[in-house]
Amino acid sequence: MSKSGNVARTLARTTAETLVTGGVVVLLFAVYLVFWSDVQTAAAQVDLRDDFKQQVAAAPVTNSAAPPAPVRPSAGSGVAVMKIPRLGDDWSWVVVEGVSNEQLARGPGRFPETALPGQVGNFAVAGHRATHGEPFAHIDRVREGDKIIVEAIGSTYTYVVTSTQIVPPTEVGVLYSVPGKPNARPRKARITIVTCHPRWGSSERLIVHGKLAETRTGKEA
Amino acid sequence: MYAALWRVLPGSNAVKAAVAVALFLAFVGILFLWVFPAVQPLLPFDQITLESEPTSSAAP
Repeated sequence: MSKSGNVARTLARTTAETLVTGGVVVLLFAVYLVFWSDVQTAAAQVDLRDDFKQQVAAAPVTNSAAPPAPVRPSAGSGVAVMKIPRLGDDWSWVVVEGVSNEQLARGPGRFPETALPGQVGNFAVAGHRATHGEPFAHIDRVREGDKIIVEAIGSTYTYVVTSTQIVPPTEVGVLYSVPGKPNARPRKARITIVTCHPRWGSSERLIVHGKLAETRTGKEA
Repeated sequence: MYAALWRVLPGSNAVKAAVAVALFLAFVGILFLWVFPAVQPLLPFDQITLESEPTSSAAP
């Protein structure tokens, strides 16, 4: 074997090993995305649910018809438990306070500048549609009139979906107290869900709007 | 590359194999704990909030 043949062989082998290593890394990243991020989010949700149940249990009992005054939750803590029957009877997620990457990795997050659950204004929530437990993977199945049940501390709010829309990622108007109207004074309690569209893309956002239909106050809420 | 690594590893073949497995697991651990979490926000389906400035990376 000539010397140049050896050099060529070493070069070819190193290139092949590098490519195989890159392939393994990409495969591991795929495992991380579709499996590991779900596991981590599920674990975070278990902790959040426990903490939230304790908060609900510790909340003072109110006998009046009026819901208790809302308390602004600290960043990263549980705000409410959201249920959307259309997405399955077992579809139940603890909404966290905040929409940073870390907060959204633990569950759907409330935009801090928007209204608290049940309050007049717009309770806006963002959540993943792919990876991290993909809470809103099938939110496109939600139809007008579907219920969105939000169990906050001391009260349960039932919203009804009024419309869905697909908007560009810059359309912050959907978060306004009255969606689409920057300076309007809100008179209704609304909910807005934001997630990515298409499911594995980011070119647009899928928006679900709803309005408050029913409020129930009580311990079991 | 891997042949050179194998020659550098100490001990008998069994020890070499054990050390190689440990090195691989450490490599996977570094990827899962630090590298992948850092890369993930750059993926399109991780961008789910709204931004008034298309160039800004911060959530509103």
